[in-house]
Parts: sequence; structure tokens; C-alpha cells
Amino acid sequence: MSNIFGVKKMDLILEGIKKAFWLLITFDPEVMKITFLSLEVSGSATLVSLMIGISTGVVVALSEFPGKRIAVSLINTGMGLPPVVVGLFVTIFLWRNGPLGFLGVLYTPTAMILAQAVIATPIVMGITLAAIQQLPKKLQLQILSLGATRLQMVWILIKEAKLPLLAAVMAGFGGVISEVGASIMVGGNIKGYSRVLTTATVMETSRGNFDIAIALGIILLLLAYFINLILTQIQQRERPR
Amino acid sequence: MRYAKMVMSESIPILEAKNLKVNRGGAILINVPSLLIQKGEILSLIGPNGAGKTTLLQSLSHLLKPFEGEIFFKGERVNSNHSAFEYRRKLAMVFQEPFLFDTTVFENVASGLKIRGIRRHSIQKIVAEQLGRFGISHLSNRSAKTLSGGEAQRTSLARAFAIGPDVLLLDEPFANLDPPSRESLIEDLERILKKTQTTTIFATHDRLEALRLSDRMAVMNQGKIVQIGSPEEVMNHPVNEFVASFVGVETILPGKVIRKNGGTFVASISDQEIEAVGDARLGETVILCIRPEHVTLSIPPSKEKTSARNVFPAKIEKIISLGLYQKVQLDCGFPIVAYVTNHSLEELSLKEGKEVKASFKATAIHVVRRKEK
Repeated sequence: MSNIFGVKKMDLILEGIKKAFWLLITFDPEVMKITFLSLEVSGSATLVSLMIGISTGVVVALSEFPGKRIAVSLINTGMGLPPVVVGLFVTIFLWRNGPLGFLGVLYTPTAMILAQAVIATPIVMGITLAAIQQLPKKLQLQILSLGATRLQMVWILIKEAKLPLLAAVMAGFGGVISEVGASIMVGGNIKGYSRVLTTATVMETSRGNFDIAIALGIILLLLAYFINLILTQIQQRERPR
Repeated sequence: MRYAKMVMSESIPILEAKNLKVNRGGAILINVPSLLIQKGEILSLIGPNGAGKTTLLQSLSHLLKPFEGEIFFKGERVNSNHSAFEYRRKLAMVFQEPFLFDTTVFENVASGLKIRGIRRHSIQKIVAEQLGRFGISHLSNRSAKTLSGGEAQRTSLARAFAIGPDVLLLDEPFANLDPPSRESLIEDLERILKKTQTTTIFATHDRLEALRLSDRMAVMNQGKIVQIGSPEEVMNHPVNEFVASFVGVETILPGKVIRKNGGTFVASISDQEIEAVGDARLGETVILCIRPEHVTLSIPPSKEKTSARNVFPAKIEKIISLGLYQKVQLDCGFPIVAYVTNHSLEELSLKEGKEVKASFKATAIHVVRRKEK
């Protein structure tokens, strides 16, 4: 890098990385707070999406009803919902004079959990639906013929589909931990309150604080990697040999 | 014989179906006015694909809804959701595919018991007993996904028996197995059914399997039970051409009755005359069924006097090897099929195109009289 601009750019990055590692190694309180909030918000959202998504996905997969085809297409479409559109609608709903304005949760972590849950739920629902539909139809009869109640049957089917369901968990969590649009719109990125890894990175980058931004970026990468590593391990361990 | 004894000893059949009908999209899948099953009997349902065997099994076990008609278990009607569930808990069903769960063989066999909330301690004993019975104790800790076809089906059967069902339903359980596994499993199942006296209903398209295992055979076609009786009855006295051809009568000939001689009559087929034992009206068209085992071949000129009333010169059209014996298709003016041992084939130097004599006794012919519409 001979010219002066080249040297500046490299300097910027190297300085940034050095400072980032320093923030990480010393467990900088601000960075830690942001990290834990990220986990809390996305973790809660994923949990909610699992509860709603898996139960609904299983019910739709196992029932026959007029309009089932339409329901399935809606779910599949929902999997590709643009997060900013979700952010927009959740904001409108939570706005002071909006239908849910009385809750007063706009610009709080609760709103972020809500928005992220709306994003993750269709993903979990769609994958669950596909996973259960893939099971042989006669398997249901086999389970019933062993004397199971319908509820017991559903539970056994879920256990039989545990591999793709784990994939649903990974997809759901992965989708929201790295989400930024809706999180900024409904969370407000308030310091120490509704600031998470993604929203903070956007802000710090726009301010030119590359050291902090890089630190946050590294954490986000590591988080995503490790959570997926754990879930993949579980999935591969259960894989038929 | 065994079935007759069963009927006499028990007053109420363990299972009874009345007016069982299943319609799907306008097509009648099954229409069974009455079916009674005695405790301890082994009933086979045989018939071609689409005959309704699976549908009948699933309706009998209350797995398939909706259906018209009634089912009585030990004399009591099975109707409301609750009694249907109680009834289902007294049954066990095994399918063509093992449908094992993604866990160990032990846990699979225990699954029916776990569903019923049986204590772990008792589960151990019961499962161990079933694993031993089916010869799969050594596979107890293996993952179900790693089993061979035969081992998996044994596990599925062990799982069904572990529940101690009052009625066992099997839907073509051996169809997916290779011959040695099939043979070995049928042998074991035969032994176990004899020991446990479990009432069993099983569907198969293999009449030899049915012949071997069942006390009674029900032949199904297009949703109806066309004939039901002991295997000997059904195989040797088929009630119509369909049953005849399904149970392995190879020669089925329509003929017109031209003469009557006391206890026998003569029917004309393609300018030949066949004498059969039985009663028929002059001019009536009858169906003559001749099992291939009852046709004897000889080389002309043969001077021996024979008691067979029907002797015809015949030309061998085709010889098909069936392993232990040969199927010989002949033309006597009408087509006829004979089974001949490999030994005889060699001794008589039978080959395609050869002229021989085919004979069969008048008593060996089963006559089916067409019902007038």
C-alpha cells in the first residue's frame, strides 16, 4: 500500500481489530450488556416462535380442511417475509394511537421480541409442516394401533421428526439474531436498554467507531457460529449411522 | 376341524362385524354384510391388490373412519369415541413396513407399554420375553435404523405382542422380506401363534402363506368376501371362477352338459367330452376346475388300464420350471395344466412339442355351476 489513502485504510482496519480484541478480552461492560441483551431478545423470540410455530405446523400438517392448500402457501410465503415490513407493521400496531398502543411497549426490548417472533414463527412453522408431512402417512396408523391417544401420537411424531425440527430451531434463531431492520424500528436502539449487537453495529459504523463495530461484529459471528455448532452437533449425533 | 371346535366351545365370537361398508369418492371399498371371528382362530384375508383387504383390516381395528356398519367386540358394540379407544387398546397391528421408531430395538418393543403407562420394572420383563421369543435379544441395544428387513419386522411383531393384544392384525407382514427371512419368520410366527393362541387376522396375496398359517381363509374381491371357509374347502371347492383361479386352480373350462349318467355327467368342450362327478341339467353351461396336481401325464402307447375316465391325447405347449416341480401347459383341444416332478419330467423325456396323454379322474374335477341371474 504505497499511497497515503491505502495506508490510512489498512491502519483503520488494523487499529480497529486491535481495539476490538481489547474490548473483548477485558469484557468491556457496554459490549457485554449489548451481547446479553441480544441473546435475551433473540432467545425469547425464538422460544415464542417454537411454541407457536411447532404446534401450528404440526396441526396444519396432520389435519385435512378446506383451504389447507392456501394455508400452506401462506405459511411458505411467510417464511420469506421482509423483516423491515414486519418492523413497519409492528411499529404501526404499537404506535401511540395504534391498536396495541395502550400497551406502551414501543421502543422497548418487548417490542423487539415481538417483532423477531413475528419474523421467526413462519420459518419454524414452515419447516415443521414440511418435516411432519414427510413422515409416512401409515406411521400415524401404526402409532394409533399401538394404543396411543391422539396427543400421544402427535408427541411421538414430533420425536420422529426431531432432526428437521432442530433445523427449524437453528433457522429461527439464525434469522433473528442477525436481524437489524425491524429491531431498530421497534426498539429504537436506546443505549443500555434496547441496544443489541446488530443495531449497535449499524450505529457505531455510521459514526466511524470501527473498533467497537468490529468487536460487535466478531461477537455476532462467534455467537452465531457457536449456537449453530451446538445445535449441529446434536443433530448430527442423532443422525442415523 | 379346529375352527368347528372353536365355534362350539365359545358362545360369543370375539369379534363381529355387521354391514361393514366403506365408500371413498363414490367407489365402494368394502361391503361386508357379516363377519364373525372366533377367539383363538387365525383368519386369513386373501385376494388381489385392491380387493379391500387393507381397508377391511383398518375398519375392523377402528383405525379407518368413516365407515358404515357395526363392530362388536366380545359381544359389546364399539361405538362412541371412548369405547373405540378402549377397543383399539386391545388390538395390535403390524404392517408391511415395520414403522419402527428412531430409537433402540428395546425402546421400540417397549413403546406400546410406555404408551399405556406401564412401570419400567414390568416393561423390562415383558420386553425381554418378546425379544427372546422372536430371536432378537442380541439386538436389544441396537438402533432401529441399522436393522435388516427381517430383523426390523421381527421387532415390529415383538412390539405388537408385547402389548398382549386380544386380536392381532397383520397387513401383508411378510411381503417385503426376502425368501429366507420370510420362511424363517413365518415358521417362528406359526410357533408363537400356536403357543399364545392369539386371535389373528392377516391379509396376504400369497395363498400358500394363507394355506399354511390359517384356520380359515376368506377370499376377497372388489370389496366383498366371496368365499370363507377352511383352506381345504376354499382350495378344493372354490365357489366361482374368480376364487378358483385365485387359489391356484390352473385349469378352468366352460363346458355344456350333453349327457347325464346317474351320479356323473358329460360336458362338451371344444369337441371333446369330459366326464365329471356331480349334478347338472342338460344343456347347462358349467365351469370345470381341475387342479394341476390332479392331472397325470403318460407316454403313448400305454396299455395300462386306468380308472381315470378322462384320457386325452395332448401336445405339450410349454414347460415352466417352478423349482421343485414343473408346470406343463398342454393342448388337448382345450388348454390344461399339469404339475409334474422333475424326476418324471426326465423319466418321460417331456419337452415342448411332444405328444403325450393327459388324464384326470372324474372325481378330481370341481364343478362350478353358474348362478342364473
